[in-house]
Amino acid sequence: MYDFTGMIQGINNWLHSVMPDMAATVVGWVLIGAIYLAIFAVLGLVLVLAERKIAAFFQLRLGPNRIGPWGIFQTVADAIKLLLKEPVGTKRADSFLYNLAPYFVIIGALMSISVLPFAKGLQAFDIDIGLFFMLAMSSIGVMGILLGGWASNNKYALLGAMRSGAQMISYELSVGLSLLTVILMAGSLQMSEIVEAQRDYWFIFKGHIPAVIAFMIFTIAGTAETNRTPFDLTEAESELGAGFHTEYSGLKFAFFFLSEFVNMFIISAIAATVFLGGWMPLHFGGLEGFNHVMDYIPPVIWFLGKVAFMIFLLMWFRWTFPRLRIDQLMKLEWKYLLPLNLMNILLMAFVVLMGWYLGS
Amino acid sequence: MGAEAILVFFIAGIVLVGGGALASKLLSPKSTNKDKWEPYESGMKTIGPTWVQFKVGYFLIAILFLIFDVETIFLVPWAVVMKKVGLVGFVEIVIFIVILGLGLLYAYKKGAFKWE
Repeated sequence: MYDFTGMIQGINNWLHSVMPDMAATVVGWVLIGAIYLAIFAVLGLVLVLAERKIAAFFQLRLGPNRIGPWGIFQTVADAIKLLLKEPVGTKRADSFLYNLAPYFVIIGALMSISVLPFAKGLQAFDIDIGLFFMLAMSSIGVMGILLGGWASNNKYALLGAMRSGAQMISYELSVGLSLLTVILMAGSLQMSEIVEAQRDYWFIFKGHIPAVIAFMIFTIAGTAETNRTPFDLTEAESELGAGFHTEYSGLKFAFFFLSEFVNMFIISAIAATVFLGGWMPLHFGGLEGFNHVMDYIPPVIWFLGKVAFMIFLLMWFRWTFPRLRIDQLMKLEWKYLLPLNLMNILLMAFVVLMGWYLGS
Repeated sequence: MGAEAILVFFIAGIVLVGGGALASKLLSPKSTNKDKWEPYESGMKTIGPTWVQFKVGYFLIAILFLIFDVETIFLVPWAVVMKKVGLVGFVEIVIFIVILGLGLLYAYKKGAFKWE
């Protein structure tokens, strides 16, 4: 019902009608780039505020409440403050690598959002290996963290970066393997096709037991991948200063901070897209009236609602679980999650082979 | 958009970080003294070099990651065509995963995941 393909095509045709082909293509690229940069910045601002408000909610505080109604302009003020701050680094740093690190984290995050389907047709880059591309791009961020921590020539930063490197590469395995169960069901890596395959049942319902296990593993590994609280050894404020970005200040620090929150959005968006049906409305087989009502809610709302649910879950984790030690972290991944994941893939393959999933 | 999206988003990222760094350079105040640019260590002067030999455990984890990441890459094409290759593909992948599981077990017995 809500198909944006025509709208995008219309804008493209209009651009080509008012200017030469070459210019229209370039203008189109600039428009897409500008829109995604705006999404990126707004995401950062909204998520930082949400994090603080939800933290306040869990601790029976008010949270930011001075700037604007309910403090909604707090993060805007913070961003301006960071822009106007004097950059203080260290003269011992390897300055080329030190300045290069923020580019890695930001470009990795930006490329990952480019393949997200917000609705039918509302997707900048519908590549046929979408999910794989997304995994590859989101793992570029760890290089920025390692570079930044190492180049800072600071002991806290180096320890944070090393822990982060070990943690992120370990949990990347679990993220990748848990997504394999979905690929088994969808038979495709293209994001739009994965969403389309969930028209009748979302994959978490369709794949029942193995899909739920994969979803849980994905949520745990995703939390670790974004360096959030049960797994925040990378930053561990109480032991490492600020971890890998100890020596960064002003806007350079803001880029690490921004990419962290955008990565949280990306992990939530992957979970929403592959397990919770992306922009597909909630449907039950046989309930025609109910399905029809659900169809009226725009797909963008469905998508953002699911992402918001996942983000709330990740923020909830932060205020519920205590931080792990690094040996516990490695034990959890290599001794529990990885073998469980491998068995889960075989179970899912068996289920798909026998056709024991919903709507087969 | 086709593959040119990679270029567009790459440039967008450079514009964001580069533009931000430039704006911050133009807008921010500057003042300096000798201690301001020392490494931050909660107020202590840092002792000795930072870039020294590091714990070998991190290296081991990286090697193991490499093995299992390549394995994931091998599993992805199978997962895409699983419905077509059917039972034969399933049996083959069971053998593949069992061999890898034995590898994992070996690493476990050798104490690769012990962290102390």
